[in-house]
Amino acid sequence: MNLGPEIGHALAVCVAAIFTQNILLAYFLGLCPFIGVSREVKTAFGLGLAVIFVMVSTTLLNWLAYHYVLVPLGLEFFRFIMFIIIIAAFVQFVEMAIERFSPFLYQQLGVFLPLITVNCAILGASLFMVIRNYSFIVTIGYGLGSSVGWFLAIMAMAGIRQRLANDRIPRGLQGPGITLIIAGLMALAFIGFTGVLQGK
Amino acid sequence: MIVTTLISVLVVSAIAAALAALLALSEYFLANYGPCKLTINDDKEITVEGGSSVLASLVQEKIFIPSACGGRGTCGLCKLKILEGAGPLLPTEEPFLDKAERESNTRLSCQVKVRNDLELAVPKELLAIQEYTCTCAEIIDLTYDIKLLRFKLIEPATMDYIPGHYVQLLTPPYGKSRQEVYRAYSIASDPADKSIIDLIIRLVPGGICTTWCFEHLKVGDEVRINGPYGDFRLSETDAPIVYIAGGSGMAPIRCMLFHMQNTANKRKAVYFFGANAPDELFMGDEMQQFEKDLADYRYVPVVARPPEDSKWDGETGLVTEAVQRGLKDAPQYEAYLCGSPGMIDAAVEVLKGLGVEEANIFYDKFA
Repeated sequence: MNLGPEIGHALAVCVAAIFTQNILLAYFLGLCPFIGVSREVKTAFGLGLAVIFVMVSTTLLNWLAYHYVLVPLGLEFFRFIMFIIIIAAFVQFVEMAIERFSPFLYQQLGVFLPLITVNCAILGASLFMVIRNYSFIVTIGYGLGSSVGWFLAIMAMAGIRQRLANDRIPRGLQGPGITLIIAGLMALAFIGFTGVLQGK
Repeated sequence: MIVTTLISVLVVSAIAAALAALLALSEYFLANYGPCKLTINDDKEITVEGGSSVLASLVQEKIFIPSACGGRGTCGLCKLKILEGAGPLLPTEEPFLDKAERESNTRLSCQVKVRNDLELAVPKELLAIQEYTCTCAEIIDLTYDIKLLRFKLIEPATMDYIPGHYVQLLTPPYGKSRQEVYRAYSIASDPADKSIIDLIIRLVPGGICTTWCFEHLKVGDEVRINGPYGDFRLSETDAPIVYIAGGSGMAPIRCMLFHMQNTANKRKAVYFFGANAPDELFMGDEMQQFEKDLADYRYVPVVARPPEDSKWDGETGLVTEAVQRGLKDAPQYEAYLCGSPGMIDAAVEVLKGLGVEEANIFYDKFA
């Protein structure tokens, strides 16, 4: 296969996934841990790193499972179950390995790993990869871009919420309320990025 | 059509089985931490199979560390000092440990996994906690919704406890309740006989344990309890004592009164017992016997709303109002309270208002 255009396509997809098609701010996937764990920059950082690792690995694993197992057997419709099983098993395995081999890494992101299994952005990325028919190389770019975009969004949210921690927010809006409003404002800001790719 | 269905089911099952096998294998190799030595208080050494949390490993060795949430990291009761081998502090532990605790190597034992040899410091009181089997010897109705349950210890045959301690009663699965649950009750018995444990229990509508006690427990049934737990106890001073408790809160007070009688304790004591109606006052004759046997003891039952036609001529109103009226020379007193958080908070305010020092107010709040 001709690698040049492939890599170019992968890079374009990667950048788009971070800014204009941010899986969190444009597609609103992965909101649950986004709202729940975004109170401090430190914890958001750990969770974001874990999401990057899991999303890149599982999109690749799922690509392999889809194209080499499900498609040849004509079982594409099983992809939902298949992807979730693979994601869950992978996360379990990684948690065991990290806990055994790196207490430091385990401290940083180990506790977040079970939380990520049910993060719908992870499943969403794999499903988008199938719908848009990405090749393997492009999937690498897509997984990386989506997860980095998610990471950026949660880091930005954590930074904002840390700043707001000492401000007086109306009681009804405290917690998830104000977070959703901020997320909406961030989404509006990111729409501004769509103008960047219009030229192409 | 059928073939496709069969093939697809087979394929998905095969992949799921393969992944499960992979996980089982990796768990066997990766999560296998081998035998680990736990050294407790520089003294006791136990060897456990690694891989579980410190809390689970200790409970399995019959060292009962308190835990209300069952190891989920939400109650903060399982704190222990882990001096060596615990690894870095986990994010799930951080909300529960303040700076002093972190510096002294205090950790949440339900979050720290046993992966290698550990050195622990377990408070002596926790090491004294054991599990006891006992039989239900008597069930006495005190009021329409309060019973006294008398348990005779079998194995171990005696429990060494301090008046004020509580035990956890194990409720077996029954009816709609599928799991065993533990509930805490203060010991109400006479400490002179260490083989008997009395509990005074009030029926909580819909409560798992109290419903079992009231509707299923029979004399002769075998029951498990563990303990003793708690910091609520009499001080060693000579200061006069004011007891305030209502309903089943009498339990630790009754135990303390027996203890005062057994040890010929001469401290002045007054007990304000609150109830809603005169027929909810129980153990009146025991209390009157204490008035005769103890050096300087006064029992003050307080009825909140005596019915129109009752012949009640004692104190009326809330128990806190009676304390307000009746406690003279309050600043000298030590207060021992047992009851619902609402009653205790109100009583603490009244006592502070009367001049009792906050450090001299001791209480056991029902959770």
